[in-house]
Amino acid sequence: MADVAVGKDKCGEQRLVSLPLSRIRVIMKSSPEVSSINQEALVLTAKATELFVQYLATYSYRHGSGKERKALTYSDLANTAEESETFQFLADILPKKILASKYLKMLKEKREDEEANDGDKSDNDEAES
Amino acid sequence: MAERPEDLNLPNAVITRIIKEALPDGVNISKEARSAISRAASVFVLYATSCANNFAMKGKRKTLNASDVLSAMEEMEFQRFITPLKEALEAYRREQKGKKEASEQKKKDKDRKTDSEEQDRSRDEDNDEDEERLEEEEQNEEEEVDN
Repeated sequence: MADVAVGKDKCGEQRLVSLPLSRIRVIMKSSPEVSSINQEALVLTAKATELFVQYLATYSYRHGSGKERKALTYSDLANTAEESETFQFLADILPKKILASKYLKMLKEKREDEEANDGDKSDNDEAES
Repeated sequence: MAERPEDLNLPNAVITRIIKEALPDGVNISKEARSAISRAASVFVLYATSCANNFAMKGKRKTLNASDVLSAMEEMEFQRFITPLKEALEAYRREQKGKKEASEQKKKDKDRKTDSEEQDRSRDEDNDEDEERLEEEEQNEEEEVDN
């Protein structure tokens, strides 16, 4: 399945998509309900993913903090995932980072709350993975 | 089907290139940021696939097709992708059509060649074209195998 479509083809023209179709296909097939994928759908998904990467990168860069923007950082991306509705589906995999000391403090406060309430409390753990 | 974790990732080199081409010159990307975007891209594929699959199921089809993917983009609020995707689809279809015609032409040429082998100049040209078509045909086969 060597159909990596990278860079220029034999005629020297730009390829339609750069991402390897075989890899995209593996990811798509890992979705449980999917039976089969037509070749056009595969090409479009690959292309859409490239557009997505471009969009995520430029959006995060533009909305990042500071005026002298020399770099795109993880926190730019995490901020985007949290603040933009379009990119909200990424919130779980791009959690914001906090200082360890702050996190431990949060845990401690939470534990104290639970003890005070003295009952069943099903909290959603907001710990980052 | 058991996938190894690395199979669900996209190649770093390609992802990095796409990011660099999108951002202004001279802007760096931290390794962490690049890795995060790569993960995000994989999640995007899953999300898009799941969404497209819903459209296929609505249409009582088992095979995802191009329109399912386009509908998914609309649903996911990535309308901005729809026009470039449609253009890519047209280009892809033209390319496929060209390949098909080329391989049919090659077959005709092959038949013609076995009949007469005295035209040296045109034979040279044919050889060049055949080589190109042969490569394209091999590529075509590879793509079809992927189906």
